Amino acid sequence: MRFALVGFLFVMWILMLIGGGIIVAVLGPISLLGDSSFPWFVSSGIKAAFAISLVIIWIFILFKVKNWIFTKELNF
Amino acid sequence: MTEIIIPAIFSCISSFFTVYFVTPPLIRLLIKKNFTVRDVNKKGEVMVARPGGLVIILGIMSSEIILYAFFQNPEILSIMSVTFLSFLIGYVDDRKVLGGWFKPIALALAATPIIFLGTYDSNLAFPIFGVVNIPILYFAIILLMIPITGNTINSIDVLNGVASGFMVVASFALSAALFILGNYEIMLTSLTLGFVSLAFYKFHKIPSKIFPGDSGALALGGMYGAIAIVGHVEIIAAVALLPAVVNSFLFLSSMKKIVEHRQIKGKPVEHTEDLKLKATLDKTAPITLVRLILAKSPMTEKQVVNEILKLAIFSGMLAVVTAFLMRVEL
Repeated sequence: MRFALVGFLFVMWILMLIGGGIIVAVLGPISLLGDSSFPWFVSSGIKAAFAISLVIIWIFILFKVKNWIFTKELNF
Repeated sequence: MTEIIIPAIFSCISSFFTVYFVTPPLIRLLIKKNFTVRDVNKKGEVMVARPGGLVIILGIMSSEIILYAFFQNPEILSIMSVTFLSFLIGYVDDRKVLGGWFKPIALALAATPIIFLGTYDSNLAFPIFGVVNIPILYFAIILLMIPITGNTINSIDVLNGVASGFMVVASFALSAALFILGNYEIMLTSLTLGFVSLAFYKFHKIPSKIFPGDSGALALGGMYGAIAIVGHVEIIAAVALLPAVVNSFLFLSSMKKIVEHRQIKGKPVEHTEDLKLKATLDKTAPITLVRLILAKSPMTEKQVVNEILKLAIFSGMLAVVTAFLMRVEL
């Protein structure tokens, strides 16, 4: 079980690195509203919504990884 | 570098020895006043003093005042404020049974000194890829960080020495990360958290003579979260805390809602005849880190604590690696 837990921690760490990469390299530079007259916080709000969606997707992936790693070893 | 050595010596000595010398009389006082709870993992009616949060906050405040006297840094002031508010919330919870939502909401409010004192940077730093500016979302991160770290440490405080031992590893790993990143003043703040936890661990380890209580766990967790934000090491702090985060994640994903431990009907762990810990097969019980560790076979409390601390050391190493990766940019 220790190796399964260490593996799960490692997967979480890798997901954090990849998530950071997506946010910085992909989401950050996107100019959703171009140079229009929309206030900055609209663009920021939309990016925030994307980032929150990403977190939800990550939690879903973690949930699946958790089931994959642990369910075959556990009866509960 | 030399200008931080003297404050480092004074603050670390103060944090460690305040807790080290004040805890024994506090234990005697708490026992005398009948502020004790039963240690459910021991044979017979073993009563343990609680809450140790009083001595934890004393140790933290004494060292933070020293650091503030040296540096007059508002960042230290904001960490102190968040820590003290987190302690107060925990102390209220120690004395009264409160609803499951009280702590997260109150801890979010405890984070507001960071906003009012402006001791944050809305550039969130990620390893390898650099920083991203998130002015709106960062407010949400500030308000979420303290409830997450506070409740995460609180929820892992289930066996003798786990919460304090875990904080020793996590805060020293965070200190190493802050040193690598050159944020020396906040590194000293993190070091004092490590020394407070270390001194408390002496009395909290198996067999516990005192429990931190919600006041102690929330003070430790709240301070850790405040250091993460003020020191701009949010991701590294999360990595060092991963086993405790896994515990909360497993708990929430199995319970599907935020509940107080007192409200849970199914027990995740039970005792064998020789008083070892054993995972139950109860489908209504939450899945926790301890339950997973015990899934294969029963273990003594000490063995489970050692397993958790080994996981904490692994995460601490990942946190230090993450700090090095922060200095790498593609």
